[in-house]
Amino acid sequence: MDELAPIAVAVPLLVAAALVGGALFVPRRVVDVASLLASLACCVLCALVLSDTRDGTLVHWFGGWTPRNGVALGISFAIDGFGAGLALFASALFVAAFLFSWRYFVVVGPLYHALMLVFLAAMLGFSFTGDLFNLFVFFELLSVAAYALVAYDIEEEGPLQGALNFAVTNTIGAFLILTGIALLYGRTGALNMAQIGEALAGGEADGLVVVAFTLMAVGFFVKAAVVPFHFWLADAYSVAPTPVCLLLSAAMSELGLYALARVYWTVFSDVLGSEEALQTILLVAGTLTALVGALMCFGQRHLKRMLAFATVSHVGLFLIGFGLLSPAGLAGVALFIVADGLIKAALFVSVGAVQHLFGSVDELRLFGRGRRLRITGPLVVLCGLAVAALPPFGPWVGKSLVDEAARAAGAGWVTPVFVVASVLTGAAVLRAAARVFGGIGPREDPSVVGAPAPDEVDPEFDYPHNRVPRTMTAPALALAAGGLFIGFVPGLRESVERAAERFVDRAGYADTVLRGEAPREVAAAAASPGVLDVVLGAVSVAGALALAWLALAPARPGLHRIGVVAGAGLGRLRALHTGYVGDYVTWLVAGAALLGGLFAVTLTT
Amino acid sequence: MSFLPYAVAVWVMGVGLYGIVTSRDLLHLVICLSVMQSASYLLLLSIGYVDHAQAPIYADVPLGTRAVDPVVQALTLTDVVVGTTVTALLLALAVQAHKRYGTLDPRELRPGRERADG
Repeated sequence: MDELAPIAVAVPLLVAAALVGGALFVPRRVVDVASLLASLACCVLCALVLSDTRDGTLVHWFGGWTPRNGVALGISFAIDGFGAGLALFASALFVAAFLFSWRYFVVVGPLYHALMLVFLAAMLGFSFTGDLFNLFVFFELLSVAAYALVAYDIEEEGPLQGALNFAVTNTIGAFLILTGIALLYGRTGALNMAQIGEALAGGEADGLVVVAFTLMAVGFFVKAAVVPFHFWLADAYSVAPTPVCLLLSAAMSELGLYALARVYWTVFSDVLGSEEALQTILLVAGTLTALVGALMCFGQRHLKRMLAFATVSHVGLFLIGFGLLSPAGLAGVALFIVADGLIKAALFVSVGAVQHLFGSVDELRLFGRGRRLRITGPLVVLCGLAVAALPPFGPWVGKSLVDEAARAAGAGWVTPVFVVASVLTGAAVLRAAARVFGGIGPREDPSVVGAPAPDEVDPEFDYPHNRVPRTMTAPALALAAGGLFIGFVPGLRESVERAAERFVDRAGYADTVLRGEAPREVAAAAASPGVLDVVLGAVSVAGALALAWLALAPARPGLHRIGVVAGAGLGRLRALHTGYVGDYVTWLVAGAALLGGLFAVTLTT
Repeated sequence: MSFLPYAVAVWVMGVGLYGIVTSRDLLHLVICLSVMQSASYLLLLSIGYVDHAQAPIYADVPLGTRAVDPVVQALTLTDVVVGTTVTALLLALAVQAHKRYGTLDPRELRPGRERADG
């Protein structure tokens, strides 16, 4: 049933075209329903494709241009469990986003829906493709749709600036990726990932190969927002319309890492020099990202910006899982990405609901105003606990699996990183929830120094609201439930492990894609979290609660001083986030040079 | 095939990046981005270049005629389309910035920054 995958990409594109064509005479609700149905159709199609990938990689050659003698002239989709799973995840998020948009905008043109559908189609194509150049095209398509969506409220200063920073940095990243692709094509004469991998395998990792890898890694790191390429993210995610935020935060950053993992295991894994060195570099980058993101997250009072930095921190944790370069680590990351993405999406939806009622996303200004929100309040607290890795919920399962894989790979030193990142991000969410929904704690806070967040006028703010519409509560509950309970789905961990084993098998992938051989059988032993993981989860939840309590404790001189010192320390870090795109690009170039230097020293053979 | 086109591509990319980093004007910044992108066109075309070959149009030519690589030309064309889209979008943002705030200097437009002043 490999024909279903192209249909899943085509459906949202066609609906988008129809909506733009009928823009002048189609009523708003028809547009809403059409886009909701299109995303539901994508869900069903992706679920069918996913069930077909159980036995291995599905390959679809467009126009029947199958490869001959291992040479691929045609363009293919090569879909495995991870690609299809990611596509299903993205489609489900779009359903939630379209439901949320139902009441979020009073006035919205069909162009918004068309852009969202193009964004969806690009994400699906990006997850499915087996061709390096197609990967770039889908990457650009999803980026351009995202730039335009971030700038949707173009009359405001924030979205204008956020979209500019986002577009410039990510476009530079895309050019670097394209340059890398061009170098690989120059060397191998191929664009099919399997064929490039075959041509390079066992050869020499010379300057050209390492430079190509560096360029692509930097490009995908910009998209994934790995420190020091992360600066644009908070500017963009904090100003985008809320339904767009949840897509950006839960799916787009993760796609950057997915692409790097895909390219690494189809093209580079059998050619680059020292695997241990690459592992160390990726683990260090992940650690840095996790810690910087978590610290910045804790120092925010702008709720969307707080969640944006939580995204950065979690991307760091995902990068650690990928950086283990083992199937066990990958399987953990895959579960972690889905669970954590759903929880973050639920948090974004809840913040959107608060914004819908009170017209602000500032923690201190919203003090105590959310007391009467009987569903949203407890939900945010529960999600905050889940972010802090409360056993036995989804994010804890994912984190524990990655952690176990790290200990098995002799990188046990990342365990404290996971605990610290969980404590800081969880405490930030819990502190904000206590202030907004409980009216607990002081109204001033030295650890979140800074001017209040500019009041973000919700598109519907001119109309009075006194309750959260069901089209906002329902997606929040559904997303949170999915994120919390995903660890309990029977057989899921085993399937993910099998998919991970296949994902890292470069030769097997090439045989299936280029020679049409039946996928190999892989054995998978489903790992489960152990006692130590329960203890670690409990420790990080306790830490998050304690830190949130400390931040909210009544002003005592000693505590106050700690808060001031912490705030000043954080100030140094915050001062780097200047909001000026020239600075961001300077960091990008410096980071690329550093990464390139490290790769050149360690990976060439 | 000489080494020169590759050196020029690297140079053009560096010039574009330098322009973006130091830019004080959004229009200038968008153009620098386009300059940087031309480096990728140049690189792609030089990779597919063949000495003493003709354009890859196989009508009315004897079999075995040398031609440059059509694949990279297709890639370049796609790249041009992508680049135009991004440029158009960024220019629209620049126009909006000028309309709303009367400035094209990206340094004066930065509400996203972390404010250290309470």
